Formats: sequence, structure tokens, C-alpha cells
Amino acid sequence: MAAYAPALPMQLKLLIVDDSNVIRRRIERCQQIEHLQVVGLASNGVEAIEVFRRTDPDVVTMDITMPEMDGIECVEQLVALKPDVLILIISALADKATAVEAMEKGANGFLNKPFSDRQLNEALEELIGGA
Amino acid sequence: MLEEQDIRAFVHGTTRYFEVAAQQAASVGSPYLVTEGAPDSHDYSGVISVSGRRNGVVYFSAPRGMLTVLLMKMNESNVSHEYLCDLVGEVANTIAGNVRRDMGKDFAISVPTVVTGAGNTVELPPGGRPVVIPIHWRSHVAKLVVCLQ
Repeated sequence: MAAYAPALPMQLKLLIVDDSNVIRRRIERCQQIEHLQVVGLASNGVEAIEVFRRTDPDVVTMDITMPEMDGIECVEQLVALKPDVLILIISALADKATAVEAMEKGANGFLNKPFSDRQLNEALEELIGGA
Repeated sequence: MLEEQDIRAFVHGTTRYFEVAAQQAASVGSPYLVTEGAPDSHDYSGVISVSGRRNGVVYFSAPRGMLTVLLMKMNESNVSHEYLCDLVGEVANTIAGNVRRDMGKDFAISVPTVVTGAGNTVELPPGGRPVVIPIHWRSHVAKLVVCLQ
């Protein structure tokens, strides 16, 4: 008789992209999704692509206004590398046109800054749960 | 020139920042126009250049003590100079970015630059007339300066 083994939730790898060290650390510290493990941090789009290739994350949180390469362009490139990656935009840019553009490029969710711990975790839950 | 609805958008962005990020409301004093020179700065100023629909600068200027407590309220234990610079830029970026809810995508904002040292002045666009929005949070006083053409 086969032993019963309860299914464990799949471990998901998270990459955090933001030019603010304070925000990167805050997301890393505050995200409480049990099966989400931070595998990389990046401070701009160019660095994000490099870390993405190295760590192959399943989930990415992405700022938009960053030096070198902005978040919108980076989303497009990450989706080209891995079409099923889940991307949550976390940005101060609060206009609808930017949110629509990000979603059209392949982002899956949008969270406005400033955000509370609860809002961050709800947005990540929704992102992962909706996959 | 700034219109009343523009100032209201910046005031709303400022109060929202403290309510959500620090979970403690800030009060905002009466905005006033500076007719000569540039407003004095506090220890740290996060400066955002604006282009597109409007041109100019928006900056958030705060004393070290206020930024230190703000970091602590965000559960950040590192309150070094580097982190205070990072935070002041992030606050400026967040307030300016939130204003796009009212001003739209053509209100283009730069990544933040940071000016340190109380009394230093932030370079304003020629002929610009800055509006100062005083911010009171806990026992601290900071300011948001908006100078747009």
C-alpha cells in the first residue's frame, strides 16, 4: 500500500527589482508568503535581466522609474525570456495609462506605492493564486 | 504656475504617504508662495525633475531625525546616511509619481537625486516660483517644494 504523502505547495522563487534599497529590503522583509523564497535583488532593469538569467525566478516584483532601464522595458524582456513568469509592478506612478501599458507588456498585477505590509501580501497572494 | 487643484494633488500625495508607509498621519500646513530666491532645505532633500506636460522640480526636504524615525516605523534597522538618502529620494519619487493620478502620464518624472546639508539650496528652474507645503509629522517639520512651469 502506498504511503499517503500530502501535496506540498510548490516553492516559488522571487526576484525583487527596485532602485531603492529601502524598498527592496522592505519587500524582502514583509512578504510572508510561505512558499515564496527571495532568490535575487536588482536595482535597475539591466541588473534585473542579469539576475533573472542566473536565478530563473517564478515571480518578480518590478519598480518602473529606475536608472539604466525602466521597469516597463524590463518586463517586456523578462516575458520574452520566460513567458509564464508572474510580474507584480510596484510603482509610485499612479496613472491608469502606465498600469495599462505595463499589463500590455506582460505584467500580471499592479500595486501602487506607498503600500502597507497587508497590501503587499494581498497583491502577491492574488498574483500567485491567479496563475 | 500652480493651480489650486495641482496643490491639492500634492497635499493628498503627501498625507497619503505618511498614512500608508508610516501608518501615522501627517498634517499639512498652509501652502505658501516663495517670491524671492529658493526655500531653505533641511538635512536631506530628494529632488525629482519634471518634464513633459509641466517642467520644473518637486522636492521633499526633511531633517535627519524625521527620516530616522520614518525608517524605524518601516521596521528598517539600518538608519545610516546611505539609507536616509535612499529614503528621502523614495518619498519624493512616491509623492511625485502619485500626482500622475491627476496629471496623467505626460507628467514625466526623473529618478531622484539627493541634496544633503541643511541650508543648501536646490536649483530651481529660471523664473520658477516655488510653492512650499509644510509637513508636520510627530514632532518633526519637513517641506514639499513644488516649482513647476
